[in-house]
Amino acid sequence: MKIPLSYIVRNLGTRRLTTGITVLGVALVVFVFSAVLMMAYGVQRTLVSTGSEENVLIARKASNGEISSIIDRETVSVILTLPHIARTPEGAPIASGEPVVIINLNKVDGGVSNVTVRGVSPQAFALRPQVRLISGRMFQWGARELVAGAAIERRFSGSKIGDVVRFAGDAWTIVGVVDAGGAGFDSEMWGDSNQLLDAFNRTSYSTVTFKLDRADAFSDFVAAFEREPRLQQFEPKTERRYFEEQSELMAMFIRVLGIFITVIFSAGATIGAMITMYAAVANRTVEVGTLRALGFRRRSVLAAFLTESILLSGIGGVAGLLLASFLQFFTVSTLNFGSFAELEFSFALSPSIAISSFLFALLMGILGGFLPSVRAARLNIVNALRSS
Amino acid sequence: MKVFKLIFKNALRHKLRTALTVLGIAIAVMAFALLRTVVTAWYVGVEASAANRLITRQAVSFIFPLPYAYRDQITRIPGVERVTFANWFQGVYIDKNQFFARLAVDAETMFDIYPEFVVDPAELEAFKRERNSCIVGTGLAKQYGFKIGDVINIDGDIYPGKWAFVVRGIYKPRDKTTDPTQMLFHWQYVDERLRQEDPSRAGQVGWYIIRISDPAQSAAVSDQVDALFKNSRAETKTETERAFQQGFLAAAGTIIGSMNFMSFVIIGIIMLVVGNTMIMSARERTSEYAVFKTLGFSAGHMVGLILGESMFISVLGGGLGLALAIPFVAGFEAVVPKGWFPVFLIEPVTIVLAGSSAVLVGILASLFPIQRTLRTTIVDGLRHLG
Repeated sequence: MKIPLSYIVRNLGTRRLTTGITVLGVALVVFVFSAVLMMAYGVQRTLVSTGSEENVLIARKASNGEISSIIDRETVSVILTLPHIARTPEGAPIASGEPVVIINLNKVDGGVSNVTVRGVSPQAFALRPQVRLISGRMFQWGARELVAGAAIERRFSGSKIGDVVRFAGDAWTIVGVVDAGGAGFDSEMWGDSNQLLDAFNRTSYSTVTFKLDRADAFSDFVAAFEREPRLQQFEPKTERRYFEEQSELMAMFIRVLGIFITVIFSAGATIGAMITMYAAVANRTVEVGTLRALGFRRRSVLAAFLTESILLSGIGGVAGLLLASFLQFFTVSTLNFGSFAELEFSFALSPSIAISSFLFALLMGILGGFLPSVRAARLNIVNALRSS
Repeated sequence: MKVFKLIFKNALRHKLRTALTVLGIAIAVMAFALLRTVVTAWYVGVEASAANRLITRQAVSFIFPLPYAYRDQITRIPGVERVTFANWFQGVYIDKNQFFARLAVDAETMFDIYPEFVVDPAELEAFKRERNSCIVGTGLAKQYGFKIGDVINIDGDIYPGKWAFVVRGIYKPRDKTTDPTQMLFHWQYVDERLRQEDPSRAGQVGWYIIRISDPAQSAAVSDQVDALFKNSRAETKTETERAFQQGFLAAAGTIIGSMNFMSFVIIGIIMLVVGNTMIMSARERTSEYAVFKTLGFSAGHMVGLILGESMFISVLGGGLGLALAIPFVAGFEAVVPKGWFPVFLIEPVTIVLAGSSAVLVGILASLFPIQRTLRTTIVDGLRHLG
């Protein structure tokens, strides 16, 4: 016969303080565990949503990021002769050759950080329709003007409309703010690519991005690309894949460190649960003896204590997750190691993070509760009843 | 004396519980030591910086180069002793996961200005003579098994093409905070090749390192350097090496901040574990404490008993945790990809912090049970059932 669940639940209520502390311990561990995963996932999601599946970005093979890639104009013109590049009704390729540099700006909350400045060609806005102007106006082609991403405008001083940024021996006026819906482009500044090349005295782009004429034409394009001997040193990737790779280093760093720490944390919380459960067993020896005398089997007693422990950790898990889910309202901004520039992202909760955090909590309960439950189940009826 | 014996006996009354609590604290102290070590590993660059070195970089961002011609102009400034320069070469060795600093430097002056990179004089001579040679740190030599005479092949990205460098020397770090994982080779060698392949990018260096005669003059010298190149195409920003390194850290501030935050959460968790044990013990002994009071033991004795037991457990746990932290941190260093932390050491301040937080936890965890015990009247205490 099973011991009723209501009995188990009410047991938790008798020692409120100890129960509360154990729940809090589990909740803290789950909170940190899910916060770390949410942070790593947030970086990844921001950068994945930056790139489109239908766009292809070409960079130099050995380069670690856009700033260390170099593509000269002749190579770009070779690339644009390849098939499967989408064209406007007028026949111009929907492509953007882009010099990408980073500049230093002062953050609003102190310190200096790197900001990506991307020079774009006129087709860039057809290429990335998610980038919309939200205030001010677009920069003029042929002028030393920039538009700032929404995150840059928020977090850096001197990047409001009308402000002037000085670099490359010139003054660049910020004339508008663009929003890319939480993608990486929110943390960039855009200007006319020819103006940037000219100012920096450069002749080469960093990367070139174009739109495919069909969504599924990528492999056909790659085949054509690889047949072209002049493009040996370059590598095409879908824009999504390219930006996703830029999140890998950062996401891995956060995950390795975070998981290492939480595993240790969880050992602490498991021990906490174990202490609580051992105490519960010791305090209720007479009670267990009575239950056994009433005819409850050893396995029922074991199940009852184990359920109590799982319940304890389950409540902690839910509390921790609830707490962590509030993090979604926060955006943080930090230097992304992949691109070496500032990136704003928000903590992002995915169903798989929620599930794994909850399972993690339950695991702590099972591990912490198993040995004490075994002890309860193995109590001798007569001795248990006799103990005071 | 009797009180100590009592504390000791009390602590060992529930051997399993005490053992678990000690283990719990030990684990948390270990985690704390690891996190602090990661945080201090970030600051190693700041620690390693010398007071008499200034860094001059492009004002817009350090990814932009400075003309080589600036060198002579900087040298002429009064108070400047020596000027060297370096260039971030990057490139890919084997694959993109092998990350370590690869710098093109001025072979003649680099090691004069960085005396903490200790190179055998004969090896240094050999390095200076051979254009396509390089010097690597002991950390790299150990990790990749580089020996003198080996050839290191690098796939260039910022400087496209295939590059091969012969190892002619292995430097030893002088201080604990010196990075042993750098690879240094001739800037002149790289520049010659650029002159042929991409002349528009030749004759440029990444940043200048200036040794000054008087560290007190660093601000004045910095201003003079920057004034020299004001309104040129490549304006400069000069700061002390320490400030330069701190600038790098500020950019990663969010990550460091969150790790700091986590290390405090850990202290919170230890507190919960110890506190819980103490509350349970005190609760079980409610009637016992009432007997003590009846016998005439004062409130001070009660405080001593509970506080003493709490301290005993937490200090034991803290000590065990610190002892375990050393192999544990070494294990973590072995697991993470090389190059994340060139220098990874438990700093003395970490040990002090971990030890004092264990003591603090011992005190805080006993507050609640002490308060409860003192408040319970003798009659209520005697009546109490477990």
